[in-house]
Amino acid sequence: MFAAATLALIVTIALALTRASLGPTVFDRALAGNMTGTSAMLLLAVMGFLTGRPEFLDLAIVYGLLNVIGTIAVLKFFQYRDLGAGGEPRREAGS
Amino acid sequence: MSALLDVVSGACLVAGGFFCVAGAIGPLRMAGFYTRAHAASVTETLGAGLLLAGLMLQAGLTLVTAKLLVVGLLIFFTSPTATHALARAAFARGVRPLLGSRKG
Repeated sequence: MFAAATLALIVTIALALTRASLGPTVFDRALAGNMTGTSAMLLLAVMGFLTGRPEFLDLAIVYGLLNVIGTIAVLKFFQYRDLGAGGEPRREAGS
Repeated sequence: MSALLDVVSGACLVAGGFFCVAGAIGPLRMAGFYTRAHAASVTETLGAGLLLAGLMLQAGLTLVTAKLLVVGLLIFFTSPTATHALARAAFARGVRPLLGSRKG
């Protein structure tokens, strides 16, 4: 069962990477990258059970934290063209 | 009891793997960015939830289950946040949703 789940996650990562290489806009690529990260996190957890070493879960936690921060940073850069930009400007009604 | 747990956790793992692959086929086949983001969320909700539930049933009441719970909570909170930021950034940069057919 662990082997089947591992195989499914590897296929998931392969499909997500295909979308990342095809993706017409940069946001498609960021979406695929985020998906790859989530699947890699799950893959780490399942691989730990497959090889009988559940210590891999610690790596999965750290990888998940890095994944979300990386995604947010990439998105902020592509939205503002600047990592040090302030918050979003307040939107007036009707503008 | 142990055999029953094995069967249930195996079913959870296989179903989780199926939903992960289904959630990966969505972004490949769908048209437009927002439908792709919607389809990709299957991997992060049902796929991750079922896989982690299957692993928790295998681990029993140990520290490993607590770590699996932390991984699950992390995915549960961060993946909607990331998808929200993604959609917001895409909309702010001028990506528009594909709406209906032209003749309607």
